[in-house]
Amino acid sequence: MQGVSKRYGGVHALRDAALVIEPGRIHAVLGENGAGKSTLIKIMAGVVAPDEGRMLLDGQPVSFASPAAANAAGIACIFQELSLIPDLSVADNIAISNPPRRFGLIDRRAQRRMAEEALARAGADNIHPMALVKDLSLSRRQMVEIAKALARKPRILILDEATSALTAADVTRIYGVLKRLRSEGLALVYISHRMHEIVELADECTVFCNGRSVASFAAGVKTDNEIVELMIGREYNAAFPSRVARVASNAAPLLEVRHLGWTGRLNDISFQLRAGEVIGLGGLDGQGQRELLLALFGVLHATTGEVLVDGRPMTISGPHAAKRKNIGMALIPEDRKTEGLMLPMSVRDNLSFAALGTLSRWGIIDRPAERDAVERIVRLLAVRTDGTEMQAASLSGGNQQKLVIGKWLMMAPRIVLLNDPTRGIDVGTKQEMYLLLRELAGAGAAILFYSTDYDELVGCCDRVLVMYDGAVKCELTGAEITERALISNALNIGAEIVKGHAMQATAT
Amino acid sequence: MSGDWSYGLREHKGTLLAFAAFVMMFTIYATNHPAGLNANVATTAANKGVLLAIVAMAQTLVVLTSGIDLSVGMVMVLANCLASWTVVGSPLMTTLGVLEVLLAGSVCGAINGLIVIYGRLQPIVTTIATGSVFYGVALALRRVPGGDVNASLADALTGQLPGGVPASLALLLALVAIVWLPYRRSAIGRAAYAVGSSEVAAYMSGVPIRRAKFVAYTLSGLLASVAGLFLTFITYTGEASAANGSTYTLYSIAAVVLGGVSLFGGSGSAIGAIFGALMFRTIGDLLFVFNVEPLWQPLFQGVVLVAAVCMGSVRLLRIRNRLDLYG
Amino acid sequence: MLRGRLGNMCRHVDPAIACAFGCIVVVLLIGSLYSTNFLSPEYLLQQLKVASFLGVIATGMMIVILLGQIDLSVPWVVAVGGMMATAATGWGPVGEVLAIPVGIGCGIALGLVSGVGVAFLRIPSMVVTLAVNAVAQGLMVVHTGGFSPQDSSSLAMRFIATGHTLLGIPNALLVWVAIGAAAVFLLTRTTFGRTVYAIGNRERAAYLSGARTRTVVMAAFAISGGLSAFGGVLLAGYASKAAQAMGDPYLLPAIAAVVLGGTSILGGRGNYLGTVAGVILITLLQSILSVMQMEEFGRHITYGVVIVAMLLIYGRGRRHSD
Repeated sequence: MQGVSKRYGGVHALRDAALVIEPGRIHAVLGENGAGKSTLIKIMAGVVAPDEGRMLLDGQPVSFASPAAANAAGIACIFQELSLIPDLSVADNIAISNPPRRFGLIDRRAQRRMAEEALARAGADNIHPMALVKDLSLSRRQMVEIAKALARKPRILILDEATSALTAADVTRIYGVLKRLRSEGLALVYISHRMHEIVELADECTVFCNGRSVASFAAGVKTDNEIVELMIGREYNAAFPSRVARVASNAAPLLEVRHLGWTGRLNDISFQLRAGEVIGLGGLDGQGQRELLLALFGVLHATTGEVLVDGRPMTISGPHAAKRKNIGMALIPEDRKTEGLMLPMSVRDNLSFAALGTLSRWGIIDRPAERDAVERIVRLLAVRTDGTEMQAASLSGGNQQKLVIGKWLMMAPRIVLLNDPTRGIDVGTKQEMYLLLRELAGAGAAILFYSTDYDELVGCCDRVLVMYDGAVKCELTGAEITERALISNALNIGAEIVKGHAMQATAT
Repeated sequence: MSGDWSYGLREHKGTLLAFAAFVMMFTIYATNHPAGLNANVATTAANKGVLLAIVAMAQTLVVLTSGIDLSVGMVMVLANCLASWTVVGSPLMTTLGVLEVLLAGSVCGAINGLIVIYGRLQPIVTTIATGSVFYGVALALRRVPGGDVNASLADALTGQLPGGVPASLALLLALVAIVWLPYRRSAIGRAAYAVGSSEVAAYMSGVPIRRAKFVAYTLSGLLASVAGLFLTFITYTGEASAANGSTYTLYSIAAVVLGGVSLFGGSGSAIGAIFGALMFRTIGDLLFVFNVEPLWQPLFQGVVLVAAVCMGSVRLLRIRNRLDLYG
Repeated sequence: MLRGRLGNMCRHVDPAIACAFGCIVVVLLIGSLYSTNFLSPEYLLQQLKVASFLGVIATGMMIVILLGQIDLSVPWVVAVGGMMATAATGWGPVGEVLAIPVGIGCGIALGLVSGVGVAFLRIPSMVVTLAVNAVAQGLMVVHTGGFSPQDSSSLAMRFIATGHTLLGIPNALLVWVAIGAAAVFLLTRTTFGRTVYAIGNRERAAYLSGARTRTVVMAAFAISGGLSAFGGVLLAGYASKAAQAMGDPYLLPAIAAVVLGGTSILGGRGNYLGTVAGVILITLLQSILSVMQMEEFGRHITYGVVIVAMLLIYGRGRRHSD
């Protein structure tokens, strides 16, 4: 095998990216959230088609119409989102795409052997092949996913954050497995956010930034610091509104969280949020930020710890309780298409939905009041729409996001929780959103803002809580908030974190 | 490997629970029956139970793909009416007649499948509409109840085997062995489970989604026509009875639920549904045994159904993220 | 300017509703070839009267379908409505007065049971309403002793089902108009209606917007139960007594009428005008097929084929997984 080179110019996610993979090597791909790594491997695995560029396998141009075609060519991919079928057994899953057959029926014994062999190769021989996937823990499922990929006898194995859900014991096993596979001559592509893993495993590294592959080098030639620099290298410098005079730090907190926890996914989180303050949530994707916001909004059940609003302990039993006058909380959810909007409904219906209680009397909607309120918000946020009766689905992504925010503004919320609100929207709208955040804070709202874009955290926030593994790892204030501090804390470079014990780490 | 046992138990939990519940109820029924469990009592009970069990099997195949077949009872009625014309005369003609009926059932199932897969209509609406069509055809075949059936074949299948075992049970076993077990172990059967459990994951794994659905609907039609044949053997006539059709459709869903098959698809087995059906029948008979007025029978069945359905909600207690409730 | 407005109007008319009304016209024209009576006011009023019973039941079904759910308990809830109302009539003068509320109240109670199952226990509505149907049947069998009840309907029931008031317009039709107007108001002018549509489109988003989704789901099933029972009350008034299987012929037509009127079976999209069109279309279809002396089997086949054909033309587009 000569190796794969792949080059194509896209619009957003990936621009002119190139990657060369050789057999018998482990190739680490690094980059910030949304740097284009996932898009790249989706193309290699046949899930999405590239707009431009080509892919060469053994020197021959190839293109894959479906995941099955990529499999046939010897490329197996382990995705972050699992492709296992929950109601089937481990063995059934491992053999799903091509079960061994005898007399036209599935040969269960052969399948069992195949599964055991694959599990052994994946270092997971302690998983029972007859166990149902839905009964396994996330870590074990991930191991099954790896075994399933290996059962296809791939020449190229792609692991997209394959270790992020693994327990420490499984991670150690996987290291051994990957090294053995390398010695067997497989080409491995390894995507991870954990620097020490890369140091331990990788032979080569490629750094992605803004959809470009910015540098390829042999492992060990660059220090952690140099790699972080490469990952930062940003192109546009968004103009952020200047921060208004800081809130006096002795003001009474509007929202206070004490020792918040939830089923092991959130651990002992405490912080205070004052009126007029913007607090950012940093850290890598999936470290509990989303759960924290949902927990505050009353969506999560069986949380521990205390939440106080205006110094009074509150039990928030759900979104309808969170938006009551004495709490006045709003959540701008993560996925505007499934959680924020009713896409087939009109702009008006969407905008007024959260505030219907205040726009109606005895359950009957006051239409003139509704129209006025909707028009006010449309003007305020400069929503570009062809009238308020348009379907929300017909608006652009940025304008849809404005609707999600607008519907909560209509409630005049005191506490605003934002879950990565600028993901996938254009730069211009982003700017408007930053301004809006500041205006809200200036008007006395308290804002908790999770973003996967470190620039935003640097530009918008008064304080940033960096989360790792469901806990707040460190708090950065004012001038401490730099991109480098955010990344190195998020990557947890330096000491491994002790679970449940938040510690103050300084920037590397 | 050790522990195979416990994993096997886990995988077939729904089926085994249904089996245990049925055995329990049937024991109570048999030991309290005034006439004792003689061969005639058993045969009558078995015939009624097997008929519903076959319809429930048909329903299971579709439900496993996370669909629903509201025309299953009408296909049965259609097969019944057709059989009352064709399954007569010499052994050869009878055989041909049986094949014709089976073919007709498969075609009905295939039509449902094609509309659902390629017309992209929801199974529930599709099968409501096709059910009306199938019933119309049945009515065209038998405007008034009547017709005949090869009596020797009918008696053989609804009577007793040597030793007093009801022949219908043998038929049911044969169906399980010929249709269900091979299907369950074939790649296409596996694909049906995968589609029902998670269509996205199935796609990512390269499972033939359309073929799996088509085969499930067609086989379901085939089994429904077997039920129609069996109905003919019991009644000796063909009758286009709308009440029969809709009752059996509804009871088949009840049997599927009682048999531990998930209505969301992907989990459960036709064997579970069979025990669910037998259980549903036994519930009715139990009251008779205990001299409760037969009037209370439908209410009792309804309440048991409500209770069984509610048991599925125990899983809600484990949900920690309320968003999980809203798929 | 004018063209713009016309264009706007055209855009707002759901093609399915236009198609359903078009089909009504076609059916009437075909009918008029057979007999000129078909276009006479008497015949049309008679048809509208017959359609009213289905219309009342389909109204409840529509609200439930808008949620993305379904109510399969119609057959026996209709019967409960009819039977309890006639039973109440048998109690004497007080019963006469209470007959209609008692019938409807029983339906609401059964609907509430379904609603609790769907909203709180998260049981698929198909199963829970099926089970409630079985319970309703059981209750009625016990109540009537397995025979058709001997009680006859009260004067008020007969009056609203068979009487005429102004200009010879059947009272049943007026009842449907009143219920329809209430439904339109409920669906378009109230927070309840807005929430129903929101849940049908995206329950997750509705919940995260702080809507009381569970209460609304429960109320919708209660309304459906109440309207089914009211349909039963009307039917009992029409036939002057209740019967065991009186609700059976109404389940599938009710669903078909709602879906033919352009309401998505997946919920969230639909217009009451469409349901009106669907109800009239189905009633006329049944009537014309019998006038044409098409045998019953032909009616069933035509019925099914028309539904599938119309849905194939208009019902697709939105997939379950989107």
